[in-house]
Amino acid sequence: MFKDQIGKQSNKVKNTVERGAVKKFAEAIGDLHPIYFEEDTGRLSRYKNNIAPPTFPRVFDYGEIEGLNLPNKGLIHGEQTFHYVRPLLVGEDVYCYSKVKNYFEKKGNFGEMGFLVLESFGEDEAGNVIFSSTSTVVISEAVRKVLVK
Amino acid sequence: MSTLAQLQVGESINEVQLAPVSRMDLIKYSGASGDFNPIHTIDEEAKKAGLPGIIAHGMWTMGNLAKLFTSYYEEGFVKDYSIRFKGMVFLNDVVTLKARLLEKQENTLRFQVQAVNQQGNEVLKGEVVYHQYEVVRE
Repeated sequence: MFKDQIGKQSNKVKNTVERGAVKKFAEAIGDLHPIYFEEDTGRLSRYKNNIAPPTFPRVFDYGEIEGLNLPNKGLIHGEQTFHYVRPLLVGEDVYCYSKVKNYFEKKGNFGEMGFLVLESFGEDEAGNVIFSSTSTVVISEAVRKVLVK
Repeated sequence: MSTLAQLQVGESINEVQLAPVSRMDLIKYSGASGDFNPIHTIDEEAKKAGLPGIIAHGMWTMGNLAKLFTSYYEEGFVKDYSIRFKGMVFLNDVVTLKARLLEKQENTLRFQVQAVNQQGNEVLKGEVVYHQYEVVRE
């Protein structure tokens, strides 16, 4: 049921690496290092700026993929990857979108499991990729049955 | 160890043991990340989902693990970070974060990373590819 979604993507959404959001996020993962929020530390660093933690892109809005209706319950996050060209800088604008990279089914301990692979991107204003990420979401047979109804 | 460059293949970054997972940790992560799936914060919702209790966001543990590399920001950056979520993290679990250098090539350090719980079970496992900036020699 997700197979025909492969290749679909969202429209780019402009996000800003907000100073306050970075600090809150760093605090929430117990990584309140000054490079993430102290302006002097940022300015004196090689980045001349504060940077964001590698998993910060979790907070961005990637837009809606039309026709992809994922339940907000019953999904299992199986795998996650991030690839960076450089760290994200606090204050910069990032243009984000997602696409359905793959969908396949495999027999597992809990019946036929569906694996949905979403790929996301963050680009600068000129369209250069800063980071990309993939999330593999596992959807159980029980949840898929509910979705079909 | 003060720099990652000094690390030899097979050696590890000093591991970090987290304080027992609290509900407030997960409430904070929900707010900071925007992931408000209630199985991470509300007992009844976790039970309805067939879980014995609330579980940590996988991304909370993955986020925590990355801090092993934070203080080396002048040396390089995390270029690739890939994780497989292997087990659930429950309230009061004590998670230990580890990173061991697998391979060293020119400007690239490849680490095996993992998070284990107090029973020694892996809850998350993967790799970090760390890109080192060119060293300017005088």
